[in-house]
Amino acid sequence: MRSLLFALFLSIAGHALAIDKAAVEKLAFGEADERSAAIAALLAEGDPRAAALLQAVSEGEVQTAGKRILIVAGEAGIDAVTGEKVAPLPAEREDVVANNRLRREIEGALAAFKLLSPERATRLAAAKALAGGADAAMLPLVKKALEKETDPDIRPLLELTASSMEINSGDRETRLAAIRRLGESNSSNSRTLLAAAAADADQEIRSAAQKSLREVQGKLAWGERAGLLFAGVSLGSILLLAALGLAITYGLMGVINMAHGELIMIGAYTTYVVQIYFRKSNYFDWYLLAAVPASFIVAAAVGMVLERVVIRWLYGRPLETLLATWGISLMLIQAVRTIFGAANVQVENPAFMSGGIQAFAGVVLPWSRIYIIVFAALVLFSIYLILTKTRLGLFVRGVTQNRDMASCVGVPTGRVDMWAFGLGSGIAGLAGCALSQIGNVGPDLGQGYIVDSFMVVVFGGVGQLAGTVYAALTLGFANKFLEALSGAVIAKIAVLVFIIFFIQRRPQGLFAVKGRAVEA
Amino acid sequence: MSRLYGTQGWLFIGLASLIAFVVFPVLSIAVPQDSSFHLSQYWVTLLGKFMCYAMVAIAMDLVWGYTGILSLGHGLFFALGGYAMGMYLMRQIGREGQYQADLPDFMVFLDWKELPWQWWNSDQFWWAMLLVVLVPGLLALIFGFFAFRSRVKGVYFSIITQALTFAAMLLFFRNATGFGGNNGFTDFKYILGLPITTPETRIILFTFTAFTLIATLLLARWIVTSKFGRVLTAIRDAETRVAFCGYNTVHYKLAIFTLSAVICGIAGALYVPQVGIINPSEMSPANSIEIAIWVAVGGRGTLAGAIVGAGAVSGAKSFFTQAFPEYWLYALGLIFILVTLFLPRGILGLFAGKKP
Repeated sequence: MRSLLFALFLSIAGHALAIDKAAVEKLAFGEADERSAAIAALLAEGDPRAAALLQAVSEGEVQTAGKRILIVAGEAGIDAVTGEKVAPLPAEREDVVANNRLRREIEGALAAFKLLSPERATRLAAAKALAGGADAAMLPLVKKALEKETDPDIRPLLELTASSMEINSGDRETRLAAIRRLGESNSSNSRTLLAAAAADADQEIRSAAQKSLREVQGKLAWGERAGLLFAGVSLGSILLLAALGLAITYGLMGVINMAHGELIMIGAYTTYVVQIYFRKSNYFDWYLLAAVPASFIVAAAVGMVLERVVIRWLYGRPLETLLATWGISLMLIQAVRTIFGAANVQVENPAFMSGGIQAFAGVVLPWSRIYIIVFAALVLFSIYLILTKTRLGLFVRGVTQNRDMASCVGVPTGRVDMWAFGLGSGIAGLAGCALSQIGNVGPDLGQGYIVDSFMVVVFGGVGQLAGTVYAALTLGFANKFLEALSGAVIAKIAVLVFIIFFIQRRPQGLFAVKGRAVEA
Repeated sequence: MSRLYGTQGWLFIGLASLIAFVVFPVLSIAVPQDSSFHLSQYWVTLLGKFMCYAMVAIAMDLVWGYTGILSLGHGLFFALGGYAMGMYLMRQIGREGQYQADLPDFMVFLDWKELPWQWWNSDQFWWAMLLVVLVPGLLALIFGFFAFRSRVKGVYFSIITQALTFAAMLLFFRNATGFGGNNGFTDFKYILGLPITTPETRIILFTFTAFTLIATLLLARWIVTSKFGRVLTAIRDAETRVAFCGYNTVHYKLAIFTLSAVICGIAGALYVPQVGIINPSEMSPANSIEIAIWVAVGGRGTLAGAIVGAGAVSGAKSFFTQAFPEYWLYALGLIFILVTLFLPRGILGLFAGKKP
């Protein structure tokens, strides 16, 4: 960096145009406020040499020797004003110290310089950075960039930036124009600026600002509402994925599987392993195509083994099942710790999962979340098909409704139990695969979902697939809306307390199975 | 007397009291430190801790083993009792904390100027004792009232009690709740004016815990052998039939659930000064499930079994976490599975022979 800068400066120094001497001296010797003013003055010219000088100051490479100001790199130096090469360096030199404030200002200034870059991507990035909030001193530079800029993506950003600077200018007409233009924007930054202007002493400015403020707020409010809605659907889809497997093992089969969360974790770790195998190949972006079936199969296999070895001895003893499966969950957690270590592992997203789409003002919808919503819908649909259209689904429903009768007509109930439990576990694995794309993957992953999953199934009504869907979405929305009101932890507590009371009012859940089978 | 235990049982309790009230204090205080008979502070604290667990196990056995209600929220009642005691102990530190302020250290750290309302009167010992009993008791009473009235039972009850303790844990993790957030309470200095870490105070706490444990055992035994206790067992075996016989099962369940919560609270209050720390992780669902496994290991529906189970599992935990920390969860997991599959009546069931 250092040598690069040096070369840059040298090449620019070839141009004879002298840099503003007074400004450079102020930057090197002046008081804090003078130095800030000097940055602005240097900026106004849009001279690339000024950029190099500022960069050098912020990196501590500028020294003074008497009256001369030098940019030092190793054993050689350049006079900052004239651009002459200075070698050997004078013996008596002092550092020009840049404090944090100065550094911050220089950073902003350098960002503004990038507006003049020939690269479109650099300009766009710079314009985006400035739109977040920029110092008024950069106005001349922004104006200069505006004159040249033709790109339809960058221009509006620059105009917004210019307006947000001009709103505090001295000229009344400029201010009014700026206020009107800000009204057309939809960033939260304009809202802050307009709110300040709405308290202005000038009557006309005040009313104009208030009008613009209303417009901006209207647009922002829609964006926020849409964002909240999306967050709610997103959380709902995650809860749904986590709970769907449980809806089968607990809802249909009545097995309290406390290791359900650990089956989710196994799915996530399977994804991690598949991802490692794909890392070296050219098809990395497609690893999910392999990871989805793999996580299903691994989790289903683990689930089926558990069913055969432990759970089937405990049918009809729900409390014992609860304790035994809790024991299984502890062992699975420790097994994963032994194999993969106690720390979280890194699961990389494929390229198409990263980034997002800008749907509304200030609301970016991440692709990963969108895919998970779609994925949850697909999984739900598949389960529906399996349960209603296949022989296995018919058997599962038959065994659920009347085990003895099903057995009498020749349904192998034991094997159906195993397959059904495998299906539920496999779906937990799919949930794990999805979760690995948006959160940490660690041995404790499942513990965070077990209470939530049970809440969803219980809230929806045991034995009701539709209930599970409604419950997951309701809880997702409730959580996100409360979160917006009162913060994440309180929201979670409020939802839990709500469910506790809800179950006490309606022990059968939202969608009770109608009939007389109140007590088995 | 004879209703509670036979001669053998009383002899055993007498022997246990003798050990707890005479032998241990002598070994720990009077015997010089370099003697091989000396009982070190480590053991006094460890055994004191186990006795607190045993009390919780008895409380759990009353509701699960005898009444058939599996609560997965007993860790919450235990922690609440501990927090009530912890508040008093925090106030006892006085100005000897790190910041030498009147307020507990974590409040100074959070830049609070005065005690929040939850801390009202917390420097009074009697008030702390009142809270130890009232907070878990009232919570259990209110929660149980709603749950039992709407006939939430079986696994449903287990799951919502688990959600309750999970919600409480989240609440206590917040700094704004006013109980020290993540770190909870620690660094206690005095209890009732006595320095808390001296061997003398330790052994006083130890004997007091032993006394409370024996009292709890006798109380529980008195309950389960009374008519009230028989109704509880009947509720466990056939609740609907008991209700049709004219008993209001809600009252019975509510009474035993509340009593059980109070015992847990007292155990928590005795636990905190001996262990020296209380934090929200005590409320984690995992802790509450462990309480259930103590009872299952010892043998449900036998009070002695609860004590044996608590001692055996906690002892194993202390041993494993020191010797093979890697394998403790495997061992605990196996205990859960093997006990439910092969030992439905617990360790005591092995000796009891065929069930009458």
